[in-house]
Amino acid sequence: MIRSEVIKSLVPVLADQLVVCNIGLPSQELHLLDDRDTNFYMLGTMGLSSSIGLGVALAQDKTVISIDGDGSVLTNLGTLPTIANNVADNYILLIIDNGSYGSTGDQPTYAGKKTSLTKVAEACGCENVIECQAEDAPEVLQKAIDSKKMTVIVCKCESGNIKVPVITMDPVVIKDRFMKAIAS
Amino acid sequence: MTVSEKIVSDLVANDVQFATTVPCKQLGTVIDLIEENKSIHHVPCNKEDEGMGLAAGAWMGGKRPCIIMQNTAIGVTVNTLVTLTQYYRMPLPMLISYRGELGEPVACQVEMAVHTKGLLEQLKIPAFHFHNPDDVGELDDILKYTFMCNKPVAILTDASFWQGY
Repeated sequence: MIRSEVIKSLVPVLADQLVVCNIGLPSQELHLLDDRDTNFYMLGTMGLSSSIGLGVALAQDKTVISIDGDGSVLTNLGTLPTIANNVADNYILLIIDNGSYGSTGDQPTYAGKKTSLTKVAEACGCENVIECQAEDAPEVLQKAIDSKKMTVIVCKCESGNIKVPVITMDPVVIKDRFMKAIAS
Repeated sequence: MTVSEKIVSDLVANDVQFATTVPCKQLGTVIDLIEENKSIHHVPCNKEDEGMGLAAGAWMGGKRPCIIMQNTAIGVTVNTLVTLTQYYRMPLPMLISYRGELGEPVACQVEMAVHTKGLLEQLKIPAFHFHNPDDVGELDDILKYTFMCNKPVAILTDASFWQGY
């Protein structure tokens, strides 16, 4: 399975959850497959999906899922100690780890080589770190939601992309409807 | 009331409930007071762009944020300020220790100080420079202004404001 297939399989689990989605193809794929007010699409700022999601989770009580990538987590590796030391049990970080920078043409990341983000997250102090295969992602994510414990999921999948249109929605509209969905 | 106490008092009075910070000697007392304050959720961050992500999330989650950092961070966070905070139109008071001004003992700090206001001007970020301790009297209005206009706003506090290092 490639990332777009993982996201497609997650759509029923993500429905109506607050989702902060990584820049580039992951946001474009989620937008294409299941656009919702509860989705916050990142149009810029590679690496901050996990930070934005944690901020939302710390500020209110609803469950928040940050969909991130291995390359983006590597860009903002300082996020993992912050997550570990600021426990929000309504927060799930889902790292879709395809070992490559998909949006820029599948250049390999170090997570696809010697670096294990699962072990990095554990070493940073994250308490519920689950590494899973792509096929198991929906079940693992649903269990994490139900557990009401802060969880980091590292979902291993194959690299590869499908053609998806860019998001043309205005950023202020994305923000505004997301904030209204949170407040509702 | 010390300037540090006044700063935290103004943050609380303006309903700032989320603060993310990186360490700073001059702003250390403010950071300590924020950590002690029950109405402000304090999340130390490892880098300022990470902090701006946390602040953006807190804002969308319903809490007014602020970030506390040094002026070197303006160099670190240009992309985040432009493509997150400004692009999505989010308010962010940035309480900044303005290193490299008069009284600065570390030469390298001057290198970023000379670019600080130019970068803020280029980014069209409203900037207020606190040079005398009395300047803290403007903070309340600056916070109101920030949450009125939904922009990042810089408050540069130099060594004279802090009465030395």
